[in-house]
Amino acid sequence: MSFPWAQAYEPKAPLMKWLDQRLPLPRLVWNSVGGGYEVPRNLNYMWNFAVLAGFALMLQIVTGIVLAMHYAPAGDLAFESVEHIMRDVNQGWLLRYAHANGASFFFIVTYLHIFRGLYYGSYKAPRELVWMLGLVIFLLMMATAFMGYVLPWGQMSFWGAKVITSLFGAIPLVGEPIQAWLLGGFAPDQPALNRFFSLHYLLPFVIAGVVILHIWALHIPGSNNPTGVDIKSPQDTVPFHPYYTAKDGFGLGVFLILFCATLFFAPNYLGHADNYIPANPLSTPAHIVPEWYFWPFYAILRAFTVDFILPAKLWGVVAMFASILLLFFLPWLDTSPVRSGSYRPRFRQFFWILILDVLILGWVGGLPAEEPYVMISQIATMYYFAHFLIILPLLSKLERTLPLPNSIAESVLHGEKRESVPYGVQAKPAE
Amino acid sequence: MATVEHTDGTAEAAPPTGGEGHRRRDFINVAAVSFAGVGGLAVLYPLINQMNPSADVLALSSTEVDISRIQPGQAIKTIFRKQPVFIRNLTPAEIQQANSVPVGDLRDPQTLAERTRDGKANWLITMAVCTHLGCVPLGAAEGENRGEYGGYFCPCHGSHYDTAARIRKGPAPKNLEVPEFEFLSDTVVKIG
Repeated sequence: MSFPWAQAYEPKAPLMKWLDQRLPLPRLVWNSVGGGYEVPRNLNYMWNFAVLAGFALMLQIVTGIVLAMHYAPAGDLAFESVEHIMRDVNQGWLLRYAHANGASFFFIVTYLHIFRGLYYGSYKAPRELVWMLGLVIFLLMMATAFMGYVLPWGQMSFWGAKVITSLFGAIPLVGEPIQAWLLGGFAPDQPALNRFFSLHYLLPFVIAGVVILHIWALHIPGSNNPTGVDIKSPQDTVPFHPYYTAKDGFGLGVFLILFCATLFFAPNYLGHADNYIPANPLSTPAHIVPEWYFWPFYAILRAFTVDFILPAKLWGVVAMFASILLLFFLPWLDTSPVRSGSYRPRFRQFFWILILDVLILGWVGGLPAEEPYVMISQIATMYYFAHFLIILPLLSKLERTLPLPNSIAESVLHGEKRESVPYGVQAKPAE
Repeated sequence: MATVEHTDGTAEAAPPTGGEGHRRRDFINVAAVSFAGVGGLAVLYPLINQMNPSADVLALSSTEVDISRIQPGQAIKTIFRKQPVFIRNLTPAEIQQANSVPVGDLRDPQTLAERTRDGKANWLITMAVCTHLGCVPLGAAEGENRGEYGGYFCPCHGSHYDTAARIRKGPAPKNLEVPEFEFLSDTVVKIG
């Protein structure tokens, strides 16, 4: 689980020795996030986002538990209890705004973390399971966020729940019984609200469990790095503590400044005003949109407007789920042996086009389903699938990659160009 | 523990019945695990089924409405199974418009007569739930957008329904659903 040169845990105080022989918890921490975990010395700031996502999860769990002390998951009380939190509970406004904006910031850092993995090839062997567990966490996050947004029981809560559960109604034959089973009725109401609260409370702890598996699987090969080159010698690594605890601490400070700026000066900027109107089953808001972090997926859902063998609605549902499930196959779609995008000039260009494509999907996903936005979402959806199913497999075969450095240490100490040799050539650099 | 295995793998205590190399312990093993499996599935049933609509939710599954005050050309919105329902009194022009459409051209082919009761073709009763993603279409209240075909219009994703509430344009796959209903008298209708 670690490199042979990693510092071993050696308790000094008698109490720690006593504990180590009975319950070696400090040893586990030391080996996981302490001086015992050796990390590539060249990690850049894109490697901060894992710790920030972990921090955001803790923030959500802590604020969520205290909010649950004041919230009532009942159809006629839910909206009022949220207003009670905002107006009457001591610092309730702070806790609720921190929880609502915390969700947005959790998704921001998670998206950056995912794109970091995409650029530096962190999904490739031997880290396929790290990547797939990460996708499981992402799916659980989406389910948790969706159910959390239903709890305030405003107009967007209600109609968001209605639209999303209607997705399951699109499944042939079993769709409608599944929808009724999910809702415990024929439309979102008391039973749905109550079970969403129960699951919204449960899932973050499931996420925390999968995070442990994610870190465990990561620590078998160790962290990837900006060169994508494997760790070869003690010169390539530094201990996680104090080097990366310090770097992550700095990143956390920057994160908290941005988070607090939003929390205190624009707490409703990322939300939707309609959710301050109590849920009304008889009146649909003019423009139903999910929270911003679902917009790219919402755009894919709405991009299908023509029946082709199956109804258009079902295609939309299938495409939306496929857009994420596809990523589980990414380690086998991109077969290039070079991990890092820094050494893949063509891949790098297509990577940035993909980023642009996802931003466009996010942009049209938040707009009404009108022309020209429908057309734009259709083109962007096609490109999204083409990137993973056509472009990446072809690139892996055709691309001529740049020479890789011999080692991480060399790329750091002597510059990448001078000492590097072409990929696959094992010759020693000339003296 | 009741049997002792020799190094050649044969059991000392041969099964009294069955033969063919099956030992009594194998039978007990299979039976116990199978029984535990059946028990496990039996435990799952209530855990899953508790999420289905409960008795009180199902008990709300019919509603009676007085339609005596709905004039031709007007529509009301009422509630059935916690979902909105449209009850529309069609004008002769709207009925004619609905009947003039060739059924074969429709996405979800149905005639107006199939969607209403004999002799009461002017009473169009449908769920007010868009078959796309469940929004409430506009068109029941005075002055609302009734879409390009003069029936209902869903603002969420732009589905247009005609005067018989059949889907004509937009992403919705089906006509607005007609719930079960019967006329208890000329002025009272029971939905469900």
